[in-house]
Amino acid sequence: MQTVFVFFAGLIFGIGLIVSGMSNPLKVIGFLNLFGNWNPSLAFVMLGAIPVSFVGMRWAESRKRTMFDEPLHLPGKTHISKDLVIGSAIFGIGWALAGFCPGPALVAVGLGYLKAIVFVFAMLFGMLIHDRIKRP
Amino acid sequence: MSLHIDFIQFTPWQSLLGGVLIGLAAALLILFKGRIAGISGILGSLMQFTNTPANHFRWRLSFLIGLLSSGFVYGLFAIVPNSQIDANYTTLIVAGLLVGYGTRMASGCTSGHAVCGLSRLSTRSAVATVTFMLFGFLTAFLFFQLI
Repeated sequence: MQTVFVFFAGLIFGIGLIVSGMSNPLKVIGFLNLFGNWNPSLAFVMLGAIPVSFVGMRWAESRKRTMFDEPLHLPGKTHISKDLVIGSAIFGIGWALAGFCPGPALVAVGLGYLKAIVFVFAMLFGMLIHDRIKRP
Repeated sequence: MSLHIDFIQFTPWQSLLGGVLIGLAAALLILFKGRIAGISGILGSLMQFTNTPANHFRWRLSFLIGLLSSGFVYGLFAIVPNSQIDANYTTLIVAGLLVGYGTRMASGCTSGHAVCGLSRLSTRSAVATVTFMLFGFLTAFLFFQLI
């Protein structure tokens, strides 16, 4: 039952990425390229997502347990580390070059785009390289 | 240098609606599974095979299968909008490596930090989001405006 909820969460997440335009790298780059022909649409994605997610997070955190009475797994780190900043910078560079971040790239893989498949393989390889070096 | 807004491609309502769905999915995952909808974290954790119990894989795989099948399901009801990928294969490989390495180093990407983290009012996620947006804008300027 729980697995069905999780599947639907993934499905709705993906449909949201398609509806919002995030699964279209042209649009993502159109947003990041401020001095090109700027497309501000993607700012509205955050505007839509954060309030809804905020209510869910608040509700879950006040309950302290899930609807299935299981504990929450919340990230506990609060330290602003060098890794957080450098890693985010590296991610930002890659994001702008291709116009893909991880979620939308997976949605495009599901749609059968060969270029998305190549991107995702490189991305998984990049993740493995990091985890081999930093978390042996 | 001035700002030109692309009104032809400007879709505030669709983007807002898509955002609401993304937020809803994040809310569902925390309320029913107690987990953060961070795609890079889910992918990275899936690739750690040492001494991991079976329930480590189960919810992550079902979430990913949902994500991967979203295009197909969308296609049952409407025509799926085109994903225009202009980057060549070399750029895609370099970008993919950077996105994979960077998101693991920063413990999160757009979903984990910019959606879930910001909605939990996490300072760490706010720093991450500002940083990747800033470097995204800078890179797009250098790569698409100057070169």
